Amino acid sequence: MDMNEIKEIFFQECEEQLAELESGLLRLNDGDRDPETVNAVFRAVHSIKGGAGAFGLDDLVSFAHVFETTLDCVRSNKLEPTAEVLKVMLKSADVLADLTNVARDGGSVDQARSKQLIRELEALANGEAPPPAAVVEAPAAKPAAAAPAPVVNDEGFVPVAFSFDDFGGEEDVLIVHPTYEISFKPKADLYSKGNEATLLLRDLSRLGEMSIHCNMEALPSLEQMDPESAYFSWKISVKTDKGEDAIRSVFEFAEWDCDLEISLADEGTAAEMTDEELPMQPVPFDLSVLDDEPDAPVGVVEEEERLAAVHESAATVAAAEVASNVVQLASTASRAAAEPKAAAPAAAAAQNTAQAASAAAPTIRVDLDRVDRLINLVGELVINQAMLSQSVIENDNNGTSSINMGLEELQQLTREIQDSVMAIRAQPVKPVFQRMARTVREIADITGKSVRLITEGENTEVDKTVIDKLAEPLTHMIRNAVDHGLEMPEKRVALGKNPEGTVRLTAKHRSGRIVIELADDGQGINREKVRQKAIDNDLIAADANLSDEEIDNLIFHAGFSTADKVSDLSGRGVGMDVVKRSIQALGGRINISSKPGHGSVFTMSLPLTLAVLDGMVVTVAGQTLVVPLTAIVETLQPEASAIHSFGASQRLISIRNSFCPLVDVGRILNFRSTQANPVEGVALLVESEGGGQRALMVDAIQGQRQVVIKSLEANYTHVPGIAAATILGDGRVALILDVDAVVSASRGQPLKLETSLAAAG
Amino acid sequence: MTYLAKNLTNGGRELIAFRIGDQEFCVNIMSVREIRGWTPATAMPHTPSYMLGVINLRGAVLPIIDLSARLGMRPTEPTVRHVIIVAQVRDKVVGLLVEAVSDILTVTDDNIQPTPDISNDFERAYARGVLAIEGRMICLIELEAIFSHLESEAA
Repeated sequence: MDMNEIKEIFFQECEEQLAELESGLLRLNDGDRDPETVNAVFRAVHSIKGGAGAFGLDDLVSFAHVFETTLDCVRSNKLEPTAEVLKVMLKSADVLADLTNVARDGGSVDQARSKQLIRELEALANGEAPPPAAVVEAPAAKPAAAAPAPVVNDEGFVPVAFSFDDFGGEEDVLIVHPTYEISFKPKADLYSKGNEATLLLRDLSRLGEMSIHCNMEALPSLEQMDPESAYFSWKISVKTDKGEDAIRSVFEFAEWDCDLEISLADEGTAAEMTDEELPMQPVPFDLSVLDDEPDAPVGVVEEEERLAAVHESAATVAAAEVASNVVQLASTASRAAAEPKAAAPAAAAAQNTAQAASAAAPTIRVDLDRVDRLINLVGELVINQAMLSQSVIENDNNGTSSINMGLEELQQLTREIQDSVMAIRAQPVKPVFQRMARTVREIADITGKSVRLITEGENTEVDKTVIDKLAEPLTHMIRNAVDHGLEMPEKRVALGKNPEGTVRLTAKHRSGRIVIELADDGQGINREKVRQKAIDNDLIAADANLSDEEIDNLIFHAGFSTADKVSDLSGRGVGMDVVKRSIQALGGRINISSKPGHGSVFTMSLPLTLAVLDGMVVTVAGQTLVVPLTAIVETLQPEASAIHSFGASQRLISIRNSFCPLVDVGRILNFRSTQANPVEGVALLVESEGGGQRALMVDAIQGQRQVVIKSLEANYTHVPGIAAATILGDGRVALILDVDAVVSASRGQPLKLETSLAAAG
Repeated sequence: MTYLAKNLTNGGRELIAFRIGDQEFCVNIMSVREIRGWTPATAMPHTPSYMLGVINLRGAVLPIIDLSARLGMRPTEPTVRHVIIVAQVRDKVVGLLVEAVSDILTVTDDNIQPTPDISNDFERAYARGVLAIEGRMICLIELEAIFSHLESEAA
């Protein structure tokens, strides 16, 4: 694995961490005060910083560092996560995402913006404590030292520029260095990850004078020994002026895989050690140094608090004999001594952290190409299985043979394989929804509107290709909703609405499709304006009689924008028609319903997967067609008495006393020139996304089958009225009917017109 | 500078010659993926008359074009003796229905004469030269020019 691959993994992890960060901040914004949420947010930033440091991404490190420092204040309850604070944090999360992208793809970030945020973050972090002047330079100057252990760093200090270097200076005057007691017990994981205790110890020895004692008691006899396990532990005492951070940084990458305790040696600790365990000489000087410090008021000056905490930690450890505890708990205990009120949640948080880490389901990263290849192969398998079944049935009149039974089982198996393979690609829509949160924030900022995004059902799963292609239209629609839909806060107040507008994004599964709804509580569609605009643009005749629904749907036409002034955000006239086309390209439908003064609801219905569908195989004018099963409400054999002529060419069919237009599929698709006799065919009652039912006339139903969708566009172009193609059991291509296109064609919009519109846009 | 001058190298190159009606055409062998027999195609609605439909080519949906009709000549009545030339045109793969594949030619630039000065724009658009081989005349055509619409419609 070369460096680039490792880097790529880092960036993938960054994406996950950024998502975690954002969702955590949003939860905090919603009033969640669970310490675990704060910890999760902190961990996310810390992990990004740690990785970025390893790759020398200094910009990222320095920003993440400041961010982390401020988050740490929140974590240690020094900073109340108010809405104001979280606003800065959410913006910082955006900048962090930008910086990550820049680090990966090149380009540049808005330096002014990140500088401004760094200042804001620092201001927040220093809300109470006197601001150390060196903070701005500090992270950039010493990124390595500024990367302490994630959860260990509980003291809430502003690192690096103060504290131990200064402290060290003092010690130089006294000509003494503090001695640190380190208890280091590697777990098997440490070795399996390629770390090496010897190297860690060697690094440690560079910090100063060191004595090591290896504890081999745990070592079992040879025959009981697991060669991949870890049995040794070490007690180390180091005399160094580099400070605890330097020691921690030695263990930075090993920390999660070992029990590590670092404490400043004092009498209590020294007394615990027997000579046998640790042959070291306690140094009296460092105790005198420490003895001076604990008297200073905790929390007034950063250095003192830091020092006090370290001292408390040592004392607590010694007193409580928590020798086997992991370092998080040790430092939590130290805080317990310093800040008794915060002790309980912090300890709980530390435990939760451990649980969360172990409870996460194991996952692997797989190249998407491999999954796609597998899916293609399974698709071929399904086709082959169908072909085999068909030829067996043709050659075997006796339908009960063992071959037939075997084939049925094979069919079941192939279907199961297919479902499982499809499930691999299914992903929750969460990442896309999270991106929308950012979009909303940015647009709200630019437009000066106050917007709240509520997301629901973000764990709804859908095929990855659908998710990938969903982001763009959704962004467009959210922009439109905020820019055009919501009113300015003053206007909202005047209308008696909450000055904060609400945009609600919902995802749910409904009858084998995913339905995504985007609702705003804004002004709704101004139908008079839309109508006027459509007339101005020659989209409709001036005297056209349109229903409200039809007017609303005019916004999906190419080159339609009602914004009075063209803004940066939307209103470039490439808005909703592009959205509609990209949704249609996914095999989806989009619909709008709007209530003037109360907002608009956009409803998108998308297939869960772009690879297979359940279809009804029908015959129309000698051609075999597949009608998606999801569209069919019921099938019926029309009786002559139920067919009524309506006007010159229309015919209606009465179904349980309601009349439904009959649509001859063969005519619409130009497969025949005269209308078929409805009594000789079968009617498929379909419900279209645009609302309303239609009875599609076909000649006969052949059966019901799961078919693999094959793109027509791959080698040809879009064909109006046809959604895609598939390959049937006989090896021939059958076309999949685009029910909605056929229905809208039956409403008098010729199929060809729609293509020309699409082509024009 | 003509297309020919730009695209032909000095070395020889291979062309596939095929028959449509009483005329012979050829295309660059590099654009031909395979040659197969005629199988009935699934008709598609609202397509030009030269578009015969689609067939299954090992799992891919392959559009079949009646090259004769596409070139403005008489539409072909496909029989089992007709063949389909599977060709790559830009990023798409299409099947061309022709009467028969007649030859594989190795030619150099010198063998290719410029297209005679004819009035018909359409013929000029796809013809890239003519070859005189053993008393026959074979017209070199450029598939990209014939199917330029494939791309624009898809865009």
